[in-house]
Amino acid sequence: MELALLIKKFKNKDPKALEALYDMYNESIFGVIHTIVKNDDIATEVMQDVFVKAWNKSDSYTAGKGRFFTWLLNIARNAAIDKVRSKSFKNAQQNHDIDFFVHSIETHDSLDQKTNAIGIKQYIEKLTENCKKVVDYIYFKGYTQKETAEALDIPLGTVKTRNRNCIKELRKALHV
Amino acid sequence: MNSNEYIASGILELYVAGALSEEENEAVHAMMQQYPEVAAEVVAIENAIVTLTAATAPRDTSYVFEAVKQELNLSEDNRDDKVIPIQRKSSIFLYVGWAASIILAIGLIYSVLKTNELQSEIEVVTSEREALKDKVYQANSDLTAAKDLLGVLRTKDIISVPLGGQAVSPDSYAKVYWDKKLNQVYLDLQGLPDPPAGKVYQVWSLKLNPLTPTSLGVIEEFSADSDKVFDLANANESEAFGITLEPAGGSESPTLEQLYTLGVVASNP
Repeated sequence: MELALLIKKFKNKDPKALEALYDMYNESIFGVIHTIVKNDDIATEVMQDVFVKAWNKSDSYTAGKGRFFTWLLNIARNAAIDKVRSKSFKNAQQNHDIDFFVHSIETHDSLDQKTNAIGIKQYIEKLTENCKKVVDYIYFKGYTQKETAEALDIPLGTVKTRNRNCIKELRKALHV
Repeated sequence: MNSNEYIASGILELYVAGALSEEENEAVHAMMQQYPEVAAEVVAIENAIVTLTAATAPRDTSYVFEAVKQELNLSEDNRDDKVIPIQRKSSIFLYVGWAASIILAIGLIYSVLKTNELQSEIEVVTSEREALKDKVYQANSDLTAAKDLLGVLRTKDIISVPLGGQAVSPDSYAKVYWDKKLNQVYLDLQGLPDPPAGKVYQVWSLKLNPLTPTSLGVIEEFSADSDKVFDLANANESEAFGITLEPAGGSESPTLEQLYTLGVVASNP
């Protein structure tokens, strides 16, 4: 089904559309949440909340605001960050690696069963330190362009071009 | 700004990340509706990001959907199944009743089997369609990249400067495409060897009389870049371009013993 139609049905509260969107994005959303909370069970709980929340406020999504995936990603990052800040979150071994997503991919045993495993692993091996940071901040941490520029101490315009070059390499590795 | 320049600016990558302001998001959305190639680029970027983020998921979470459905009261178990009672009037009706229910059971089993069969056919068709979709995305993004490059090379005001190999590396060569209007140079560095560890290539704009080098920048990601095409800003009145090998981070002035390639801009006297 075409994505636009699927999203329309989702906004009309069609459970089948929710399921289809869940199938498309649950791994990505779980990966991003896990990168922030760094705990399987808590990440699972947060992800469940994210899809419930998305369903309940499906009215608030419009295409003019951005991609549906981006909208979902935003809900997920906010929920995960709220969780990390909450009192109930007491994870003593919190890992503050700035490139935790790289670690997740490198230690991911079942990745090999996925279609793009080889491309992804090659990409991660070739990824420079600069790219690791910029991709982590922009896609996993949800930093704005300005926040990224400040965190990396580089000019605002450089964020755009550096990030584009990093994603270019990803696309070459994945052939998309 | 045309659609190729718009794509090359890197704004679409930030759009997919959700790193732009509300106004910027609306502007991108308008561009997507105006230019199909911009929309295709966004879809390709999104696919790449979906794949990358999915690769970080440490375990399969497809089962969690059941919990989501239950929390939202969407489970199908709540439906009422109406049962029509068969009244036992006489033994003949009883046998007829049994026979009917056996036929019904066979019918049900048959339809379940048939449904499964159809289901798996649907799955096959769906995955075939996904594969075709991937191919289209790939063809589209290859095309966009090629168009980008062609667009640059065909610009009227572009100045092409071949750089020849120098004493330290006679086999090296490079090409500079200089867009004077946009103050931009595009470098094709296919003909340079990978720099040794701890060294980087640095690109210089030169004035010849007297010889004055100005650094245009350092090529940080040389080995990681597979097409070896780079772009740098150049607002200088360049008379020649040179590329030297420098310690990581670059140097204040060029190390002339490590001059790899050099070329003079033809239109200068």
